[in-house]
Amino acid sequence: MSVTHLSASPRSRAHTASGISVRGVSHTYGARTAGGMLALDGIDLEIADGEFHCLLGPSGCGKSTLLYLIGGFIPVQAGVIATSAGPVTSPGPDRSIVFQNFALFPWKTVKDNVLYGLKKAGFNAAEREQRARHYIDMVHLTGFENAYPSQLSGGMQQRAAIARTLAVDPGILLMDEPFGALDAQTRRVMQEELRAIWRDSRKTVVFVTHDVQEAVFLADRISIMSARPGRIQHVIDVDLPKDRGEEILENREFIRLSEQIWRLVREQAVAATRGAH
Amino acid sequence: MSDILAGGRTGPPLAYAIVNTAVRFSPLLLLALGWEFLGLTGLVSQQMLPGLGEIADAFSSMLFGGELLYNTARSISRAAAGLGGAVVVGVLLGLLMAQFRPVRLLFNPIVQIFYPMPKSALIPVVMIWLGLGDSSKILLIFLGCLLPVVVGTYNGARGVNPFLLWSAASLGASRVDVLREVVLRAAMPDILNGCRTALAFSFILMVSSEFVIATDGVGFMISSLGDGGQYPAMFAAIFFVAGIGFAADRLYAMFARRALRWREA
Ligand SMILES: Nc1ncnc2c1ncn2[C@@H]1O[C@H](COP(=O)(O)OP(=O)(O)OP(=O)(O)O)[C@@H](O)[C@H]1O
Ligand SMILES: [Mg+2]
Repeated sequence: MSVTHLSASPRSRAHTASGISVRGVSHTYGARTAGGMLALDGIDLEIADGEFHCLLGPSGCGKSTLLYLIGGFIPVQAGVIATSAGPVTSPGPDRSIVFQNFALFPWKTVKDNVLYGLKKAGFNAAEREQRARHYIDMVHLTGFENAYPSQLSGGMQQRAAIARTLAVDPGILLMDEPFGALDAQTRRVMQEELRAIWRDSRKTVVFVTHDVQEAVFLADRISIMSARPGRIQHVIDVDLPKDRGEEILENREFIRLSEQIWRLVREQAVAATRGAH
Repeated sequence: MSDILAGGRTGPPLAYAIVNTAVRFSPLLLLALGWEFLGLTGLVSQQMLPGLGEIADAFSSMLFGGELLYNTARSISRAAAGLGGAVVVGVLLGLLMAQFRPVRLLFNPIVQIFYPMPKSALIPVVMIWLGLGDSSKILLIFLGCLLPVVVGTYNGARGVNPFLLWSAASLGASRVDVLREVVLRAAMPDILNGCRTALAFSFILMVSSEFVIATDGVGFMISSLGDGGQYPAMFAAIFFVAGIGFAADRLYAMFARRALRWREA
């Protein structure tokens, strides 16, 4: 794990954090055809500037869809999504994302993948080198800089994707189950690393996960979504110290919250399986 | 994409590679033996199927006389011009078709109709348009090679994983960046495949057009040697152009494999 931290906002770009406002957002896949499918139904969500927000919910409830809408990758059909820069209409480097399926450029090595965003951001060559090395080291891929994605395991690809996104230091960080392919040990290390980065660089983070403990460990607030069509069912404040390490797992409040949220999530999951029959 | 037909990949040791190559090409030796045998039995006249020795003699005299190399150079320069133009225009057109609906709507039916058409049917047309000079053959080769490149590029560009486009956009790439750095790169395997087909077409069209409309070139050489009854020399020229085509394909496959190294896990 790295100790040194790079300056959070280099002079070449300063993506300040920003809140995210989601109002009345619904989304239907295949809206233009007869059998359109309602994936999100009237989502209202205010995420504060600098907040670490986790989205929990059963598979297929529209968590990725909501992230894609905030990212500007798919057009907003109904409602409004806005950041401090105004309504979201297209993707931009102020809102960088780690996709559930990694989406590394397969023709680029790990290092070139990480350098891609740094070049676009206008860092000079020395800064690019330094930042790439720093983030590759942070995700424990030192020694694999020149490997192509096809030569890496799923967990390694996922870590490379995380490094690529973190390296550009976006004001808003969107993460779609970014630790899903990692073993429990690596996962824990990455969670702590992410908390540290977030604490030091003041980002707004929207983090999708299935793992209740992970959500409670990371988040300031947690949204629990209903089964499809996705709605925000509960929003829960996580009242835990800012500095969270291994010891938090034994914290009474941590355990209480985890159990409470686990019950709420299970209700939705049960509803989802019932809905499927 | 080494062989046209998928074959086993050879291991690293050199001796093994040599043996393996020898085994792979041994059917050619059988073919040569069959050729000689057929000539000896007298089933086919010596005229039609001259002995390999005779062909080799004719080959060396043509080679040292310079005419073979001269005509080959003429042919290849035409093929290269037509093929090069087809690759540039084809990649551009395929990309534009994949990206922009109006372009797609305009060109799709045209491509679909002309794709299966044998391009040698255009030989008389280009002759009428451009006469007997180089330009008619270059145009023919260009037209014949264009569609495989367009279709390969189009399919490749349409099939790009949208997450790659989104990744690039969220890392700060402009639309032009995305097109150049992601769509074009992601489509490269299909583009290179299309170009390989085009390379084969360029040889076919080069020779067949020179049969009909030319005063030099290997195709012209083959047909005039045949007309003049110089069969050993004719076969020598045929084998020579076949060998060049084969070598070009192998070189291309090596180049493509290098360019697509990233795909090999
Ligand atoms: N491109 C698409 N076309 C049609 N339907 C889609 C598409 N993408 C997602 N869906 C549907 O929309 C719903 C929400 O999908 P989404 O991927 O957002 O769910 P999710 O909560 O991220 O699920 P998971 O936890 O399994 O990743 C799903 O039921 C899915 O079937
Ligand atoms: Mg998802």
